[in-house]
Amino acid sequence: MDMPIRPILSTLRHHKAGAMLIAAQLALTLAVVCNALFVIHGRLDRMSRETGIAESDIMMVNNRWVAPLSDIPARQSADIATVRALPGVADAFITNAMPLVGASWQSGIRRTPTGPNIESRGIPIMFVDEHAVPTLGVKLVEGRNFRPEEVTRISESGSPDAAAIIVTRTLARKAFPDGGALGKQIYIGSIGARPSTIIGIVDRLHSPQVFATNDDHWQDVILAPMRMTTKGGFLVARAQPGQLPALMKRIPEALKAASTQRVIPQPHGVLSFTDLRQLAFRGDRGLAWMLGGISVVLLLVTAAGIVGLTSFWVGQRRRQIGIRRALGATRRDILLYFLTENGLIAIAGIAVGIILALVLNRWMMSQFEISRLNMFYLAGGILGLLGLGQLAVLAPAIRASHVPPVEATRTI
Amino acid sequence: MFAYYAQLGFRSLKRNPVLTALMIVVIAVGVAAAMTCYAVFRATSGDPIPQKSSQLFIAQIDNYGPDPDDPSGEPLPWITWRDATALYQAHKAPRQTALYPVGGSVVFDRPGQLAWPVRGYAVQTDMFPMFDVQFLYGGPWSSADDQAEARVVVISQDLNDRVFDGANSVGREINLDGTLFRVVGVSRRWTARPRFFDLDAENGFGDMGDMYMPFGRAITDGRWPDGGNVCNRSYQPGWQNFVHSECVFISFWAELPDAASAAAYRQYLVDYSNAQNRSGRFHWEPNVRLRDVMSWLAYRQVVPLEARMGMVIAFAFLGICLINVVGLLLAKFMRRAGEIGVRRALGASRRAIYAQFLFEAGVVGLAGALLGVILTGVGTLCLGLVFSPVVADLARMSPALLGITIVVALASTLLAAFYPTWRASRVQPAWQLKAG
Repeated sequence: MDMPIRPILSTLRHHKAGAMLIAAQLALTLAVVCNALFVIHGRLDRMSRETGIAESDIMMVNNRWVAPLSDIPARQSADIATVRALPGVADAFITNAMPLVGASWQSGIRRTPTGPNIESRGIPIMFVDEHAVPTLGVKLVEGRNFRPEEVTRISESGSPDAAAIIVTRTLARKAFPDGGALGKQIYIGSIGARPSTIIGIVDRLHSPQVFATNDDHWQDVILAPMRMTTKGGFLVARAQPGQLPALMKRIPEALKAASTQRVIPQPHGVLSFTDLRQLAFRGDRGLAWMLGGISVVLLLVTAAGIVGLTSFWVGQRRRQIGIRRALGATRRDILLYFLTENGLIAIAGIAVGIILALVLNRWMMSQFEISRLNMFYLAGGILGLLGLGQLAVLAPAIRASHVPPVEATRTI
Repeated sequence: MFAYYAQLGFRSLKRNPVLTALMIVVIAVGVAAAMTCYAVFRATSGDPIPQKSSQLFIAQIDNYGPDPDDPSGEPLPWITWRDATALYQAHKAPRQTALYPVGGSVVFDRPGQLAWPVRGYAVQTDMFPMFDVQFLYGGPWSSADDQAEARVVVISQDLNDRVFDGANSVGREINLDGTLFRVVGVSRRWTARPRFFDLDAENGFGDMGDMYMPFGRAITDGRWPDGGNVCNRSYQPGWQNFVHSECVFISFWAELPDAASAAAYRQYLVDYSNAQNRSGRFHWEPNVRLRDVMSWLAYRQVVPLEARMGMVIAFAFLGICLINVVGLLLAKFMRRAGEIGVRRALGASRRAIYAQFLFEAGVVGLAGALLGVILTGVGTLCLGLVFSPVVADLARMSPALLGITIVVALASTLLAAFYPTWRASRVQPAWQLKAG
């Protein structure tokens, strides 16, 4: 294609304002859209993390016992026995935390009694019994499950230094990068804690928190064989296949029948894990929709702007186009002229847009804990906008190419 | 003259209905996106207690020393029972209160009825006048009640409605977890958005709590903090050991009427920290903070991340929409260069051309504003998809938001019209007539 650039540039000099408006629009659109898509990608990524548990068969009751603390152990034992005895329940346990519930107990962990923490952020601890592994359906890749005699009690102000613990694979690797974590000891919680021996390693278990960071901290979890003496707790049950909908009613009814000295909050007191997932990621999903919606509208608006301005130019230059046609320019020449003109404007806009996108990303990194813009998104954005510009200019350009040579002889 | 411009304006808008509609929609969409996000931002970044926010301060004292993992050097948001008690007893502020969230259950006499969960705060009596809590019945407990750790409670209007059917319950008893408490006051419904004194539950956008009990009573009864706590040093198990440990879970608020008293209080915190150094408890330079309500909210980053990000993206979006409208208006106006030339040649002044085109842009802006208001209304209804129900509820369409939306839409359009109109008024009549 031997499209002379120079005449186009000199024509553009007469339409400085319009050309600059289109370029500015493309620049801002590129900056906003590729950052928005990048944020969306991060959120979708977070939402698609596998929890490592048998999600579709798990439900939980957020229960609060109304009783003096001294009665809590008996109440917990009675309730869990009630739930396990119900038809349709495969297994059940009581815990302080579940994947995606939000807050949880967190502790620092060390390789030595007084050494530095292995991970600067706290490691969430789930207090469970030997039923947790089968109930959740987590995959033990090394070692064994807890034994009933290993399960002890912990008070709300207790120390989580269980003698035997199960950790996730990521945490095992962090604590012992050279491998062989099984059978080794770590120290959980305050200085003075007793050593905890890693007796099992599970493949994957999602932390109670949904972390924004990109690393695998969301997979760091400790299971401690302890039942917490606390007034609130989650009764977690795994349904036999197909029994979950029935259990969602049966379990709370059975609990109420066993004792009314309890509180099950409304709403969200009785949740299937699928519901919990919906709740936990509502903000992420919403933000993704919002940014996605804005991006789509933004592209439409930009395209419409290009169509509008180019149509105006075509209208303005009908006579010139007619003269060119009369002097021998083909329709294809006219079409290419407008496509090239738009291409030149787009390249200028996009060049500025790349800088803006990186500046916006840098600023968002400092404000919103997002990571550095993936260059894939920038490249995608550039190609997408070039394509969009060409597509938008196509209709007015085709109209221009249909201007007959006789137009040259007409006055307006 | 004005009627003539209006006629010209409408005729011109009718001549290119697609272009006109496009401009209106672009303005409306841009304004609606920006205003919807602004509604959330405004609702979450407001001053929760404007009449007092510059006089209420929260004290932070670093009781752990520099943390190599945390370069910010900020003390934790809470303090220990020991420090809270020392600050309270020093009584260096005219009004002061220690505060921590507590949970409980109201037990009913009626058989078969499930207990009712309540959440509230363990506070000292100054809290009520400090936070301007109004009473429906009764009032705060006395300082003597604080000293005596009396089993008294202030309940919310909502809890009073539920338990006592809205009757004046002052002097009656309420069963909290099996212990009887005497009701001394029923607080009127009040709101602080965000709930500056407890930012940990529901990110600070929940209700104000249903019961308030004396701080000393809650500590003696071993009411576990129903919020966060951080323990970086070991302690023996048990509530008493927890309370006396270096674990932090208490907020300490002081009312300091002027800058001088705030400065004096800050100095007191430094002196206190130094005294702890001398006694051997601390081994570091005093690291204390005394923040008023708005600095506290800024420090704790109360405005949801989604709201801040939405604001940035939506206003960038509005900016792009405006650039777009500038382009479209330019095209529209310059297409009529011939008409302008004729009018100028027939004696219309530049000012007249200016007025005419500005009016035309104003009509587009007004239409965009109306559509924008409707879209903003739709947008605020959809906020529940992105934000928690509490936050989404805060950002409802209001007369103020309506007004701001219309003003923003009109201002943006006129801003966008400025350049194209100027260009139109610069059209050379002679050139146009010749070219025509």
